[in-house]
Amino acid sequence: MSRAETVATAPPPVRPSPLWTLGLLRSELLTTLRRWRTLALLGVLAAVPVLVGVAVRIETGGSPAGGGPEGGGGPAFIAQITNNGLFLVFTALAATLPFFLPMAVGVIAGDAIAGEASAGTLRYLLVAPAGRTRLLLVKYTTTVAFCVLATLVVALSALIAGAVLFPLGDLTTISGTRITFGEGLLRALLIALVVAASLIGVAALGLFVSTLTNSGIAAMATTVGLLITVQILDQIPQLHAIQPYFFSHYWLSFADLMREPVYWDDVLRNLGVQALYAAVFGSAAWARFTAKDITA
Amino acid sequence: MAPYESDDSTTAGDADDPRAGRRRAARYGVPVAVVGVAAVTIGLVPALADSGDPDLPRISAQKLIEKIAASDVQQLSGTVKVSTDLGLPDLGGLTGSLASGATGSGDGSSADPTAKLTELATGTHTLRVAADGPDRQKLSVLENAAEYSVVHNGKDVWGYDSASNEVYHATTDAGAGTARQDGTGPTPQRLAEDALKAVDSTTDVKVDGTAHVAGRDAYKLVVKPKDANTTVGAISIAVDAETGMPLKFTLTPASGGSAVIDAGFTKVSFAKPAASTFDFTPPKGAKVTEGDTAGHAPGTKSGDRSPAASGKGADKGTEKGRGAHAGPDGLNVIGDGWDSIAAFDTGGEGLSAGAGGGGDLNGLVGALGDKVKGSFGSGTVLSTRLINALVTDDGTVYVGAVTKDALVKAADAAK
Repeated sequence: MSRAETVATAPPPVRPSPLWTLGLLRSELLTTLRRWRTLALLGVLAAVPVLVGVAVRIETGGSPAGGGPEGGGGPAFIAQITNNGLFLVFTALAATLPFFLPMAVGVIAGDAIAGEASAGTLRYLLVAPAGRTRLLLVKYTTTVAFCVLATLVVALSALIAGAVLFPLGDLTTISGTRITFGEGLLRALLIALVVAASLIGVAALGLFVSTLTNSGIAAMATTVGLLITVQILDQIPQLHAIQPYFFSHYWLSFADLMREPVYWDDVLRNLGVQALYAAVFGSAAWARFTAKDITA
Repeated sequence: MAPYESDDSTTAGDADDPRAGRRRAARYGVPVAVVGVAAVTIGLVPALADSGDPDLPRISAQKLIEKIAASDVQQLSGTVKVSTDLGLPDLGGLTGSLASGATGSGDGSSADPTAKLTELATGTHTLRVAADGPDRQKLSVLENAAEYSVVHNGKDVWGYDSASNEVYHATTDAGAGTARQDGTGPTPQRLAEDALKAVDSTTDVKVDGTAHVAGRDAYKLVVKPKDANTTVGAISIAVDAETGMPLKFTLTPASGGSAVIDAGFTKVSFAKPAASTFDFTPPKGAKVTEGDTAGHAPGTKSGDRSPAASGKGADKGTEKGRGAHAGPDGLNVIGDGWDSIAAFDTGGEGLSAGAGGGGDLNGLVGALGDKVKGSFGSGTVLSTRLINALVTDDGTVYVGAVTKDALVKAADAAK
């Protein structure tokens, strides 16, 4: 990193103030969130918990004694939804985390640089005295903010649907102990944050792919394709030696937060893997983006 | 991590400068370096943490076994990792159905401990144990986004399967609590006691250095059979130096390779677990199955994971499948120590491929086993990495933790 410093020639005549970065971030966030594409993605994500809730409600005829589907099939926690609407939050996150959420993040991340390039707006962004590294950081921060937002949209929609369709109250952890509804809500929030953090790796990967191409569609497709490939490889038992290094390997470990006492091992491993992906692909994106010729 | 200003200097003019091009290429060194640092950290940190076995005063094997016997740990909580690799062909659901046939519990509740704990016989599982005196214990099997718990609190024994939200309930009289304590599951203590029972003139027992287990200093007790015929290579037990509590149990086969059974604490605490750990009320809407009342302590049968027991369980399943013959009469133990072989006459026809009438299972057993011939006639050998069984065509079964040749010899001698 110090080597990079020596590359610097004369500093730019006007140093942008730190507040300027915030302004750039704000405009970037607003641009991203105002896109119809983003709103449609969030809408789809919000619809998933409602669909799951309505399906479970119809299936069990609304009687709390109905229990879940036989044999515990389906996403995690689905058997407990009828007894406590809060479990719909966990079920919805377990149902969306393998595909819907990372796909949405892949679309946003893949679009970050390549989308600007294909729209021909990247060079104008760079004309402003922001610098490439700063622009990249702002793009990545926006993507991570979308990760949190998307997860919270799923969780909130599930909470509302769960409260409307099913009873709420004290809940039983998967270890069989009871916790109050307030503590359950806190755990739901913690789980939502862990799920959002699980997407950091995909976001960094998508951003790196986005710096490789000038076509937004290609970047999105590559990111989502990588996501599917890794998920398939994660299912092949012969690859168990490398599976712990897949970004999706520990995703469902968020369920360990519903144990009593909480089983942290896999959750921490998941966060470690995400940090590693963010560091590797974040720096790769930086290396690529700061060295590339901007032609569009 | 990256400086802000450095890249601002990238202008079109630099692009033609070969030195600038090289400097740009050097930026890719950053992600490569990150990967390298991560790889080194992942590779070295566990190695560094493992290095240096604890420095403990020397102790004789006799003293160490006494220490285990005197160990009176009443309160503990911890995480146990159990890996079992018997080398059984992966039969999936079939194993389960055989096992439930063998234990005779076909009521279909997924929360029934006897049905559930047989799943532990294969693969790697993470368990949590907590105990507070003889009356309160809890054993949880951690599954993907689900957990199976057996809670014993006073008179009640609860089984809770969170995946299907089903509850199993049984009551036990207060006296049974003490008896159940060592049958709750494959805790290292239970497994070590089984192994130490086998200590006699046929066995080498020695203290072989020290080790760190679950962050505690431990002595390593190694039990080695002297018999050449047995498939048991060595049993290693790590004993906590302070409390005398066995922390890790490893059984390696004589044929080498990975351990057949490896059960050990990865985390352990001897503090009193929170009282709420043992409280259980069935969740609203859960399906509750009432089990047998006093006397029958669930979990004891299938919780007994001594190798011989699991071998016999499989055999019972086999027999049951073969039809309505009378149960095994005249169980005969040939030899003693490690190479003892259990022989019993099923009184019926053997597993010859042409026996017929026994359903699909005959064909299956025939397909899984190897045909052998000897002066006793011919038969089928079913082998795992630890237990081998010879079923002769005239219906005699020889089972033991011994090599195939030893089984054939035993059968020849019996003729």
